[in-house]
Amino acid sequence: MTFWSHKMRGMDDDQVFKALADSTRRHLLDRLYERDGRTLTELESELEMTRFGVMKHLRVLEDAGLVVTRREGREKLHFLNPVPIRLIHDRWIDKYTEHRVAALADLKHELEESA
Amino acid sequence: MSTITAQTTQVYSVFIRATPEQVWDAITKPEFTEQYFYGVRVELREGRRVSGMGDNEWAEDILAADPPRRLVHSWVSAYDPDMAAEEPSRVTWEIEPQDGGVTKLTVVHDQLEGAPKTAESVAGGWMFVLSGLKTLLETGKPLAG
Repeated sequence: MTFWSHKMRGMDDDQVFKALADSTRRHLLDRLYERDGRTLTELESELEMTRFGVMKHLRVLEDAGLVVTRREGREKLHFLNPVPIRLIHDRWIDKYTEHRVAALADLKHELEESA
Repeated sequence: MSTITAQTTQVYSVFIRATPEQVWDAITKPEFTEQYFYGVRVELREGRRVSGMGDNEWAEDILAADPPRRLVHSWVSAYDPDMAAEEPSRVTWEIEPQDGGVTKLTVVHDQLEGAPKTAESVAGGWMFVLSGLKTLLETGKPLAG
């Protein structure tokens, strides 16, 4: 991976963490997890917040890639996109896997030294 | 496990540092798919999307193909006897170029009303597949694991 794509990836992660660092936005994701493909009006009706406020939060989630919108007829539907969270998960799992591999390599080295 | 019924329309999206042509090749050529799609070798042949896994081979109808931007095909979970008996659903791949050499890939898996077991099973699967596809295209190597 090039330096640039590392940097890009880091920026993506920042956006995801920032988007998740807000209880209203997590609540919106929970609502979408229960039932996907909802309109702004539906989501707004479950929150004690102005339409503008809900729109702002949805925008942050969309920018972070956690929500994807699709047009169906005249309606704009909001879908939960779990892939960015998965990418963060994979990144850490990769790190742990590397660590385990390194530990085994060290063990092999030590055993061979003492043999 | 979740008690929530799996969604009958599922949307997954990922940004990949690659061209739309590279993404198209990665989803339509077996030498790529076998590296991130659970080892399944996928190719487009005679108007069908043909999947090969070991000795098994199964084909799905291509409903629309507009390389390198859009591919729509039916989905049958032929890899599992239980799910194979369910009704076919539909998968749409949308490939959209973004600024700065980035491509947005969106997978919509819908018409899952007649395939509840498939709907449940693919939810985690698509995340794994898209995450693996991104890693493969950006690093040239499959996801570790």
